[in-house]
Amino acid sequence: MSEEVVIGLEIHIQLLTKTKLFCSCSTDYIGKEPNLNVCPVCLGLPGSLPVLNKKAIELAVKTALVLNCKINRVSLFHRKNYFYPDLPKNYQISQYDFPLAENGYLEISYPEVRKNIKVGIIRLHLEEDAGKLIHKGEITRANHSWVDYNRTGIPLAEIVTKPELHSPEEAQLFLIQLRNLVKYLGVCDGNMEEGSLRCDANISIRDKKTGALGTKTEIKNLNSFRSVRNALEFELRRQKKILEQGGRIIQETRHWNEEKKITVPMRSKEEAPDYRYFPEPDLLPLRIEQEMIERINKNIPELPEQRRKRLIKEYHLSEKDAQMYTDHSTLGDYFEQAAALFPDKKMLNNWIKVELLGYLSKKKINIEHSPVSPERLVGLLKLITQGIITGKIGKSILERMISTGQEASQIIQESKIKQINDQEEIKKIVDIIFKEHNDSIEDLKSGKEKALNYLIGQVMRYTKGRAKPELVREIIKKKLNLWNT
Amino acid sequence: MFLDRLSAYQAIDLVKKKQITVSEILQDIIKRIEQVEESIKAFLTLNLKEALQEAKDYDRKINLGEEVPPYVGMMIAVKDNIVTKGIETTCGSKILKGFFPPYNATVIEKLKEAGAIIIGKTNLDEFAMGSSTENSAYQVTRNPWVLSRVPGGSSGGSAAAVVADESQVALGTDTGGSIRQPASFCGIVGLKPTYGRVSRYGLIAFASSLDQIGPLTKNVKDCALLMNIISGSDHRDSTSQDIEVSNYLNYCQEGLKNIKIGIPREYFQEKMDREVKEAFDKSLLIIERMGAELEEISLPHTAYSLPTYYLIANAEASSNLARYDGIQYGYRSQDFHNLFSLYCKTRSEGFGKEVKRRILLGTYALSSGYYDAYYLKAQKVRTLIKEDFDQAFKKIDLLLTPTSPTPAFKLGEKITDPLMMYLSDIFTIPVNLAGLPALSINCGFSQEGLPIGLQIIGPPFGEGKIIKVAYNFEQQNEIEKKKPSIGEIKENKEK
Amino acid sequence: MKRVISGKEIEHIARLARLAISLDEKKEFTVQLNSILDYFKKISELNTDNIEPTAYIISKTNRYNEDSVRDSLPKKEVFSLGPFMEEGFFKAPRIME
Repeated sequence: MSEEVVIGLEIHIQLLTKTKLFCSCSTDYIGKEPNLNVCPVCLGLPGSLPVLNKKAIELAVKTALVLNCKINRVSLFHRKNYFYPDLPKNYQISQYDFPLAENGYLEISYPEVRKNIKVGIIRLHLEEDAGKLIHKGEITRANHSWVDYNRTGIPLAEIVTKPELHSPEEAQLFLIQLRNLVKYLGVCDGNMEEGSLRCDANISIRDKKTGALGTKTEIKNLNSFRSVRNALEFELRRQKKILEQGGRIIQETRHWNEEKKITVPMRSKEEAPDYRYFPEPDLLPLRIEQEMIERINKNIPELPEQRRKRLIKEYHLSEKDAQMYTDHSTLGDYFEQAAALFPDKKMLNNWIKVELLGYLSKKKINIEHSPVSPERLVGLLKLITQGIITGKIGKSILERMISTGQEASQIIQESKIKQINDQEEIKKIVDIIFKEHNDSIEDLKSGKEKALNYLIGQVMRYTKGRAKPELVREIIKKKLNLWNT
Repeated sequence: MFLDRLSAYQAIDLVKKKQITVSEILQDIIKRIEQVEESIKAFLTLNLKEALQEAKDYDRKINLGEEVPPYVGMMIAVKDNIVTKGIETTCGSKILKGFFPPYNATVIEKLKEAGAIIIGKTNLDEFAMGSSTENSAYQVTRNPWVLSRVPGGSSGGSAAAVVADESQVALGTDTGGSIRQPASFCGIVGLKPTYGRVSRYGLIAFASSLDQIGPLTKNVKDCALLMNIISGSDHRDSTSQDIEVSNYLNYCQEGLKNIKIGIPREYFQEKMDREVKEAFDKSLLIIERMGAELEEISLPHTAYSLPTYYLIANAEASSNLARYDGIQYGYRSQDFHNLFSLYCKTRSEGFGKEVKRRILLGTYALSSGYYDAYYLKAQKVRTLIKEDFDQAFKKIDLLLTPTSPTPAFKLGEKITDPLMMYLSDIFTIPVNLAGLPALSINCGFSQEGLPIGLQIIGPPFGEGKIIKVAYNFEQQNEIEKKKPSIGEIKENKEK
Repeated sequence: MKRVISGKEIEHIARLARLAISLDEKKEFTVQLNSILDYFKKISELNTDNIEPTAYIISKTNRYNEDSVRDSLPKKEVFSLGPFMEEGFFKAPRIME
């Protein structure tokens, strides 16, 4: 192939603050009556002034640090001027040539092929969200737009990637992994359908021979991860077809039509927008102190990729298991809490992923709501390693722990299913079994291992599994030795 | 007794001593308003019903021996670009007709807590854009000294109300001279505080990096009093500063020893009225006699102030005024067929000519291809202008200049020539660009009986020093404490 | 006097600023804006190559809001802002034309 696909993404994430970026109105707007979370500031009433929300800055800095960006010690807010009914001041307070952070990257991994790629981040900046326009019926037929300003002023971080994604699939993968990351960090809930994470994409085709960059088109209205990929795939086909036919790509913004699965040009305005950016005089330059950066850095939780690597190293887990605990971080937390109390990580891992998850899923219970805490699970496992119960009994106890919420020791007390590890008692049982299985004893004497296991099995069956198998084996061997001498 | 003639500190004192009641003061002021307002037209909205109720409530409390706020007895007029909860606030513009703000400006909250009573909202040039108050969409305010003259602007309504005894004190706003120039034209005291000294929360923005709220008063003591109430940092205004507010009344005492005053030579290279120059020179003699040391200094970039100011102020204004679009509140044109035409018609019908002119200028200065040559260039020159003052204040304590190159001009004289109008702010504008405090005080009268103003400029947060010099000057100034009389007003009007 | 800004440019600027200006106004503004801008050209005399622009006249650290919710405006006050509300929404002509 002599051409290369070049994709860049522009992602907006709503930061999880309690209040808006410039006022103290609640950000909790989904499902609320319209125009209730509003005040003079976010309505842009005459005379009102913006004051920055500190938490929004901290969340943006946190995101920027995780994206390996350089935090600008001084950044500026600018006004982006354009008229639109969802913008009460008819300008948006955003950042322009001095953004909060620049020059980072995010490393993403292809899950199956274990390939990692670094995607450059050009910048991350803070800005205010706009209101919502509601239309009754189809937008092209509606006479009016109804405006709800509840969303106005919610803090957004805009993340702009370098054009370093090379397929629609890769773009989708990047977006999903970025979503997982911001969700994991608690900076954004990452819900694309509800619009707390939004994405615009631009795509062009580069001629590999000449290295010349193609004309790019920008795609808007991408409301799911799938639509990002579908729209880019459509747009790629469309551009290729034009080029094959010797045509030229027009630089334009296109709208993704989810129903028809096509991109259509947005109604081109009479002229290119002129946003007349200038420094927002109502907000002083934003200074980020080193101390703030350090404090935030210290509190950044371990990232999934870091955790995956650590789980393998620290607990000798398989790649697959480590991935499972990373993908399901609560389960990972469960494992790690238990592992701190129990030395045999392999046994623990097996019990969690096979037994615990098995019983829980049978009961349709999430690990978050497991009636068996990590401490209690360890309690059970210790009874097994101490030889008080057998593994087999342990499994049935675990099932009962899940359904009753009781501790293992309590269940054992109540049902008297303690392991028999009294030598004399086992000797008596072995004698009984020997009487019943004379032929096997002959086989045993002639050195057949099978016979030994058979006899142990019989003892276990007789005691309904309560005899400690090692002890039984030992006693039988001892008897055999007696006979052999 | 003419209680309307009382200044605020006198009234507060008499109320405290229970020699007069709050209602008595207000009633005399109302009588005065009834007498002269028809000629002056200082107010856009009167708030007398509420004011009378508040006065009655305070009197009752005082009678019962209950505690009342410290400044009860103060009556204030508020420029109509400062938002007042439940009182129509129009900015002198048709586009805000019927806008009843759901909140109070920080200064209004502070005044109410202090016990001041709001008499009404005063006329101004639409969105404070102008130097004569003729740009109001509603009415023309006349200069109480000579009714055929402008009161100055844009706080012309506030200045006229104070000098005509329709209010004890008033709030104005100053973006390029809008407190000082009308104070000068009306012969009263007007102070533009340091940028960040007084909260702008609730001040309807014209140019956010230049606007400040400040007092217009009959004398320096009232000015200090009002500054004590309205100054200070505000968590709702990011640009308000956390610098301790001194008791400005403490600066109202005699003595000007060891004060060095600079006279910027560039100000006298501009066109200046002969009578203004004479009054200014006389003032210098008085101040020198009081013990201050005078020194000629240079502010080399003065001549560039005017374009710098108008480029920055209008650029900011073009954005600040974008919100008046007929969607949420205020005026909406009836004549539109889509969103674009709703915007255009509403704004064209709602804004006056000067506002449109400035929006166009500001939009142009910010637009693609012109930003560097106009807006950015102006910001750089602003740096030079500020540095001029920084250098000057290393050598001297305060600067003295005339407030305006001329006394009040005639109604209609400059309204058709915007550039001529802009030039009347030439002495006040540099102060706003540098964010400095400056006060205008009367220093004489022209032969026609028009007041002339003296401007005292201080370093950032030098309001105390300014007040000190102004207070001493006020005590020493031999000019008769004249007042425009009602008779004169009527007579003038008939002319 | 050389014209700094043309009538066509004024039309463009007016559109950006969402102002409808009549022909007469256009003529008037063209004359006035040209005389003003001509006067303003004065600042281009100054060499400002190494001068930092001043966007903020005061140098101080930013002020912050803590992230705690305070009351929004009462419904009644939002609804009484203007006559253009319907079912709790502000009503505007539709955005797509």
